[in-house]
Amino acid sequence: MGSWFARSRSIPYLLKRNISFLHANSSCKTLPPYKSPHGFRERPPASILSFRRLESAMVGKQAQAVAYTDDDGESQSIEFPGGRVGFTTQMEFISEATDKRVPCYRVLDDDGFPIAGTRFDQLDEETAVRMYKSMVSLQIMDTIFYEAQRQGRLSFYLTSTGEEAINIATAAALSPDDIILPQYREPGILLWRGFSIEEFASQCFGTKDGHGKGRQMPIHYGSKDLNFITVSSPIATQLPQAAGVAYSLKMDGKEACAVAFTGDGGTSEGDFHAAMNFAAVMEAPVLFICRNNGWAISTPVSEQFRSDGVVVKGQAYGIRSIRVDGNDALAVYSAIRAARMMVVREQKPVLVEALTYRVGHHSTSDDSTKYRSVKEIEQWKRSRNPMTRFRNWVQANGWWSDQEEAELRGTLRNQVLKAIQVAEKAEKPCLGDLFSDVYDKLPSNLQQQEKSLRQTITRHKQDFPPDVPL
Amino acid sequence: MLGVLRSKVAFRANHAWGLEQGLRAIASRAFSSSTKETMTVRDALNSALDEEMSADPKVFVMGEEVGEYQGAYKITKGLLDKYGPERVLDTPITEAGFAGIGVGSAYYGLKPVVEFMTFNFSMQAIDHIINSAAKSNYMSAGQISVPIVFRGPNGAAAGVGAQHSQCYAAWFSAIPGLKVLTPYSSEDARGLLKAAIRDPDPVVFLENELLYGESFPVSAEVLDSSFCLPIGKAKIEREGKDVTITAFSKMVGYALQAADILAKDGISAEVINLRSIRPLDRAAINASVRKTNRLVTVEEGFPQHGVGAEICASVLEDSFEYLDAAVERISGADVPMPYAANLERMAVPQVEDIVRAAKRTCYRSAALAATA
Repeated sequence: MGSWFARSRSIPYLLKRNISFLHANSSCKTLPPYKSPHGFRERPPASILSFRRLESAMVGKQAQAVAYTDDDGESQSIEFPGGRVGFTTQMEFISEATDKRVPCYRVLDDDGFPIAGTRFDQLDEETAVRMYKSMVSLQIMDTIFYEAQRQGRLSFYLTSTGEEAINIATAAALSPDDIILPQYREPGILLWRGFSIEEFASQCFGTKDGHGKGRQMPIHYGSKDLNFITVSSPIATQLPQAAGVAYSLKMDGKEACAVAFTGDGGTSEGDFHAAMNFAAVMEAPVLFICRNNGWAISTPVSEQFRSDGVVVKGQAYGIRSIRVDGNDALAVYSAIRAARMMVVREQKPVLVEALTYRVGHHSTSDDSTKYRSVKEIEQWKRSRNPMTRFRNWVQANGWWSDQEEAELRGTLRNQVLKAIQVAEKAEKPCLGDLFSDVYDKLPSNLQQQEKSLRQTITRHKQDFPPDVPL
Repeated sequence: MLGVLRSKVAFRANHAWGLEQGLRAIASRAFSSSTKETMTVRDALNSALDEEMSADPKVFVMGEEVGEYQGAYKITKGLLDKYGPERVLDTPITEAGFAGIGVGSAYYGLKPVVEFMTFNFSMQAIDHIINSAAKSNYMSAGQISVPIVFRGPNGAAAGVGAQHSQCYAAWFSAIPGLKVLTPYSSEDARGLLKAAIRDPDPVVFLENELLYGESFPVSAEVLDSSFCLPIGKAKIEREGKDVTITAFSKMVGYALQAADILAKDGISAEVINLRSIRPLDRAAINASVRKTNRLVTVEEGFPQHGVGAEICASVLEDSFEYLDAAVERISGADVPMPYAANLERMAVPQVEDIVRAAKRTCYRSAALAATA
């Protein structure tokens, strides 16, 4: 971190490094080389501004008192707390917006064909097919569980429709040792790591087989074995916690990182600011992934922030960032692999903004047609579908066929339906689970309460609900 | 002197012993008690932190000004030099941030001791304390434990106004999943902080700024690095038979002073230092009330839903027939803490308030005196 600051100390130095980018084509022809410490790109517009600043500084040279010259003898700069900074006689405000928005890294075009000249991490057949099958599993699971809630069999559900690529491609690009701190639209990662449909159903129905002992509302999955920290309802609390987990990993010297997810709405929370700032200062190996899907329940991004999305916020904290097409599984895979490598090798945070669209409603408690047009939703569902794009690429490679598709969908549908039927009828957690895990050891007051409750049950058997196993 | 001997007896957690038995027990053991060592609460906390950090490399300290500045109240003095910046972290000014980071690091197996400059600022982090730290073990069905300690000064100081003087004992103690400790003496500070750090559950450790500089006698046992007090056990600071006075933190000192005054009037007061608000030592409180039949609860915090309210309920539920008088609750005034010294004095319980309340329970005063 120290060396990064030294390079950015003075504007002409920054300029020198930017010269190569000034006239660079802003299309995504070059994959940022993640092996090199200079694996990130400056945005061309910023360096144009700094060029202008240098000119005016040189003009005003004679009039200004010189405090220091730096080692290159190139400009005048002053020492302030925080480092040396060049000065200028031109009062110029940094614009609130740049001419062009930060471009988005993409590999596949709208139809699923690789864009000419694009570079990406090549996938082998096994991984690609596994990824596609997982995306289909996620989609089918979402559809059927959502229907189950609508039928009154579940109290609540939340889909990841439209974000299957982010879910699965990210999971595939990470290592199983990486600790995930999800928001709530990332069950695909659990799916990839081996959480079964039956386990998802058990958690949603609160059965005794669920790992959660019936403590959580649906979709609040968690698995210590799969390194997936339980979903927590308050928004963005997982972000500073990720910095803490990363700090622990760093202390342990493990070759793994913490991966924290948030949506576009979550970046408005105070915890987002604290987490980004802290992770940068502590040099904690956290990979922040923002799923910018355009909507936070009914709040569109235009009402969430006025910045160019979330990617530009990285630089404000001294964190490297990249914007990627979240509906492009290959782009997400390559970008996350690169970002993770940087995080683990350089032990510093990285921010990835994945642009996507929330095709489904926020949750079963929401009807999004009330605040957005059905036409908009349909357009994203049909013509910008991440699964269709990836499927076309996989099929074009000869690794998948329509027949396999039909078979897979049929099998999965049956599996999910059966899982729901089984979970619905399964036994609920027993009475003891009401009292355990409040503390590490069952405290005396809860022991007494349990004893008193059991005595009451014995005395008033007729009042006791039949579906609570003792 | 007598008080010191009593406290040694009480430490044995057998408060039913009379003074005579206590003296015999002490005489029968070889105590090198010729020089009474004393220790300030500040040094007690500092030494406890030092010893626990030395014993367990997973323990680390985090907070504003804890490192280079040696601690806003010098509790963490010397720790940065001894353990380095990886174990003593100076944080940016974001309570939500560092509480969250502490919880996250505890999720993954470290044992953070998070310092709030005062617990008034913990309100900016309260979601992390309640929704993440307290509830995680339960909500994750035992998969995620949070062995974190949140510590810092709590309650009224002197002349710092409303936003720096609130007592949070009652709020935190309402939450299942948290443990809440309130040390009074140096022995309490050492023993309870060590217990808190070693405990696998999240602990809120409420200190008191005005007690930091006070000295208390400490025995060789207390100074030993393996010393630890059990969480959930109150201490009988002074035995009595006419009225029970419960208190915690700074109010224990006031209650002891009140007991001295009452003794001159022939009222023998039993003073209970609660030490632990959650879990509350209901057994000790009720046993004492069954002995004395009268109760005065003392706390600095706001009256509604306070610690005294919970104690009253507990005594009503368990020892109703033993009460000879209505329970008296002494608490801070139901106003945000004023700044002017005269008004501040009126807003916080004073020794005289405790004395009058005890007398009322003993039917020694004619009518309810118009207290502040």
